[in-house]
Amino acid sequence: MSEAYIYDALRSPRGKGRADGSLHEVTSVALGKQMLNAIKDRSGLEGHAVEDVIWGNATQAMEQGGCLARTTVLASDLDERIPGLSINRFCASGMEAVNLAANQVRGGAGDAYIAGGVEMMSRVPMGSDGAAVAVDPTVALDSYFVPQGISADIIATEYGFSRDDADALAVASQNRAAEAWADKRFDKSIVTIKDVNGLTILDRDEYMRPGTDMQSLGGLKPAFKDMGETMPGFDNVAKLKYPHLEAINHIHHAGNSSGIVDGAAAVLIGNKAFGEKYGLKPRAIIRATAKVGTDPTIMLTGPVPATQRILEQSGMSISDIDLFEVNEAFSAVVLRFMQAFDVDHDKVNVNGGAIAMGHPLGASGAIIIGTLLDEMERRGLGTGLATLCVASGMGAATIIERV
Amino acid sequence: MAEFTMETGADGVAVITWDLPGKSMNVLTLAGGAELDALIDEALGDEAVKGIVITSGKDSFAGGMDLNVLGAMKENGVEAVFDGVMDLHRRLRKIELAGMDPKTKKGGKPIAAALPGTAMGIGLELPLACHRIFAADNPKAKIGLPEIMVGIFPGGGGTTRLVRKLGVMGASQYLLQGKSVDPKKAKGAGIIDEVAADPVAAAKEWVLGASDADLIKPWDAKGYKMPGGAPYHPAGFQTFVGANAMVNGQTWGAFPAAKALLSAVYEGAMVPFDTALRIEARWFTNVIMNPSSAAMIRSLFLNKEALEKGANRPDAPDQTVKKVGVMGAGMMGAGIALVSAQAGIEVVLIDQKQESADKGKAYVESYFEKGIKRGKSTPEKAAKILSRITATTDYDALKGADLIIEAVFEDVGVKAEVTKNVEAVVPDDCIFATNTSTLPISDLAKASKRPEQFIGIHFFSPVEKMALVEIIKGEKTGDRAVAKSLDYVRQIRKTPIVVNDARFFYANRCIIPYLNEGARMVAEGVEPVLVDNAARLLGMPVGPLQLIDETSIDLAVTIAKATKEALGDKYPKDAKPVDDLMFALYDKGRLGRKSNAGFYAYDEKGKRLGLWEGLDELTPMLDEQPEVTEVQHRLMFAQVLEAVRALEEGVLEDIREGDVGAILGWGFAPWSGGPFSWLDILGAPYAADRCDQLAQRYGERFSCPDLLREMADKGQTFYGRFGQGAAAA
Repeated sequence: MSEAYIYDALRSPRGKGRADGSLHEVTSVALGKQMLNAIKDRSGLEGHAVEDVIWGNATQAMEQGGCLARTTVLASDLDERIPGLSINRFCASGMEAVNLAANQVRGGAGDAYIAGGVEMMSRVPMGSDGAAVAVDPTVALDSYFVPQGISADIIATEYGFSRDDADALAVASQNRAAEAWADKRFDKSIVTIKDVNGLTILDRDEYMRPGTDMQSLGGLKPAFKDMGETMPGFDNVAKLKYPHLEAINHIHHAGNSSGIVDGAAAVLIGNKAFGEKYGLKPRAIIRATAKVGTDPTIMLTGPVPATQRILEQSGMSISDIDLFEVNEAFSAVVLRFMQAFDVDHDKVNVNGGAIAMGHPLGASGAIIIGTLLDEMERRGLGTGLATLCVASGMGAATIIERV
Repeated sequence: MAEFTMETGADGVAVITWDLPGKSMNVLTLAGGAELDALIDEALGDEAVKGIVITSGKDSFAGGMDLNVLGAMKENGVEAVFDGVMDLHRRLRKIELAGMDPKTKKGGKPIAAALPGTAMGIGLELPLACHRIFAADNPKAKIGLPEIMVGIFPGGGGTTRLVRKLGVMGASQYLLQGKSVDPKKAKGAGIIDEVAADPVAAAKEWVLGASDADLIKPWDAKGYKMPGGAPYHPAGFQTFVGANAMVNGQTWGAFPAAKALLSAVYEGAMVPFDTALRIEARWFTNVIMNPSSAAMIRSLFLNKEALEKGANRPDAPDQTVKKVGVMGAGMMGAGIALVSAQAGIEVVLIDQKQESADKGKAYVESYFEKGIKRGKSTPEKAAKILSRITATTDYDALKGADLIIEAVFEDVGVKAEVTKNVEAVVPDDCIFATNTSTLPISDLAKASKRPEQFIGIHFFSPVEKMALVEIIKGEKTGDRAVAKSLDYVRQIRKTPIVVNDARFFYANRCIIPYLNEGARMVAEGVEPVLVDNAARLLGMPVGPLQLIDETSIDLAVTIAKATKEALGDKYPKDAKPVDDLMFALYDKGRLGRKSNAGFYAYDEKGKRLGLWEGLDELTPMLDEQPEVTEVQHRLMFAQVLEAVRALEEGVLEDIREGDVGAILGWGFAPWSGGPFSWLDILGAPYAADRCDQLAQRYGERFSCPDLLREMADKGQTFYGRFGQGAAAA
């Protein structure tokens, strides 16, 4: 079996996922194209250099539909002989693209892949592609469907996290992200987004709210309380699955949940021969990958079993991991991860996360792998683990090791 | 004899009249369906006929499907059910398309429905397939699709047509809650088209003036869009997400018919109309074949109706009550006076003090005041009903009463005194009933000089809301007393069951172990929230702990003490943990809702806030909590084994009464069809095994009754063995 190495990892800055966000004027194709071109240019790729482009996207409708991966390849400077594969594992799509690419390389199906993803949440809003899981009674009722915010609040209730716990994590995310930007820690991976004339549209994450503190967060109303307790009453559905809970503690709000943003990311993965051919130095080896299904109602606890599975499969223990990226979909997701493995917050999301910088669904999995690798290099650490919770009750994880 | 007849007038309008012989209200039978279809064919083929009006020869249009038809279809298997339903769709669709050219949609004959009164179930689905619906201005008429209430859903196109007419949001209260409305409201909601003084005349006039375009249903017109949006329209998406959550949450996931209905609506919303009807038929078939639906239809429709119509009434002349004496004007007495007066019966409401008697009547008055505010009654009606009630202390007012219902303090001595005093003034043939809930009827009858005319009529509280009345025969109670009680219950429009005299009769006998099992689990350290939620997940309207709070903890303590005294050494030893917990709550002054403190905490206004946090201190919680199904089985078996024992001991003579009584009396998991239906769904062998396991783990109270064991060995079901013509569904 050949090994799969990461040769490059890069991302766009994240724009506010609204009509007044800086990237709202950029199409999904144009944003993705700039990621692919940056990969090509930075590594000097020529011709049929990679086997495939595996492109994660969680809302494959309208401009993100119709196999966006292939569309983006055609729009980019890549050779037309390179195909494209659009995939969807919701929030882990970008990670799944990397993991699939790595396992293809390990299995000998080609020398190299570009993997990543995009999500233009301001242009193709969440849910635009429909979702039978929420509306088809044969699934929605028997799997006790509730929206993710309710699930995050179930986690908080079930595992005993308070509003203060969640807000404190959010404040830390903001402070860490601000510090990381000030310290230019993302410079290696940020690709400035430009217009057709080469003029800059966005060169830094614009969702952040530096100076956020417990007091400012304290004023925010719980976002999922009404839909939980009154209309349409999702808390009752939660109790069908969790009858030992008397009431759901609604602690999440916009300030301690991930931000809605536009963004993209790409990772160049190849075997040893590929690196030698292009004179590239491998930055890390993809040591292991995992994905799991979990209870769809609490939905977002996936990082815990995904991590258990990846550690088991790779014969490692949690203490072997030096640094973690746990996608900050909601505060409770990260709190639960740290609680389950007794991992200190000092090792988790050390440069902030999706609460501060935003969570472009299809891209985030690739973003956090890049962020993890950059920081491992900066700190001189050997092993890192990235993981995400995934809608409909799934989880995914990747372990990378520096070489 | 014909169920439908047709007459074509000189104006060219064929009037089809539905008049099912021998019934006060039309129901659709297999024969009737075929007759109507033949008449439609004839009218469509007759050049002299310009249009058709479908009406009824009765003061109502129709009450629904003859549910026995569904039972008969089911016996021929799943395919027969589906084919039968599809036949119905084809016939209704023929009416809807009315012979028009499929391409030009021209040349059809206008078909209008004229409803003189109530139109429910298929009685509304048929009009919905017509081109226009006219209803008489009859505020008493009920228009609706109540199928969901008996465990099915509208399967004659009503689901598909109403959703396409009103949208999912608009149709949901009629389909999911079975709500029915009067003709004016039905017009306002868009269910029917016109309210007219003479609906047949109005329908004829419309038929003669209708154009080709008037016959095209919105869903058959080009560019039709579902009001409020189909599932993947942004607004429709939210509606469907919400509807799923609401149905799931409000039914606690326990009603298969509601789920099937939602699927029929969801899947039907994304395809053409005829395909949607086929999908509706598939889900409807699925529900009909579901044992839960069959059991619900059997108990909540067929057997409930049979009991109301006197299935167990002894042969005796008409015993209609004209004047009732109600002894004791407390909450029960006032409620009994209320429902009696409402039924047109003259009421004498007696208490020891005039003040108390007046208070009882004032309760009735305030009840109607609320009703007037909500538009459910009028001052004239209320005044008329109130004028039937005489509140007094004077026993002489009882002269001429043909029924007495005694609802005084639960004390043998007090009741004996009342019995004697009443019998001194009432006519010799007057029936005397006691509304006791705890004292044996045969004991109380000893005070009567006419024990064969002495009986128990046990109401549930609040009387005006609860549908069940338990009639209890003492050792010497005669047939006429039973017939009188049944005729009275029929007058006040409630559902009777007749049982023999034994401790706690039937309903309370089963409820008490349910409450005790709930409290016992808490005493063992099971989280109280898990206990009550487990019950709700079974479809019980309230969990045992909440119910204990409602009925009050001092009552539980009183019953426990009285039972202990009555049983002496035979008092079950395993009752101690429950007693200890209840007595501890009692000692803390936590008497339930009435003291704003019990298993739950309440605010000053009596609003339930949540479980009382101090419970943990009274009884430590287990680290390892049981599975929810284990909790549920303990709660279910505690009830159903009592029902089986009541049958074994002859307290219960008819399993139909056991099932109907359980659902109406204490809300026993309606989806199951009742305790005996539930055991039939489980199967006796499994149920017997489960008893053994539960008995081993939790005690003798779960030991398998001999009857159930024998049925397990023989592979019998309750309805197979004790069916009594009750197995139709």
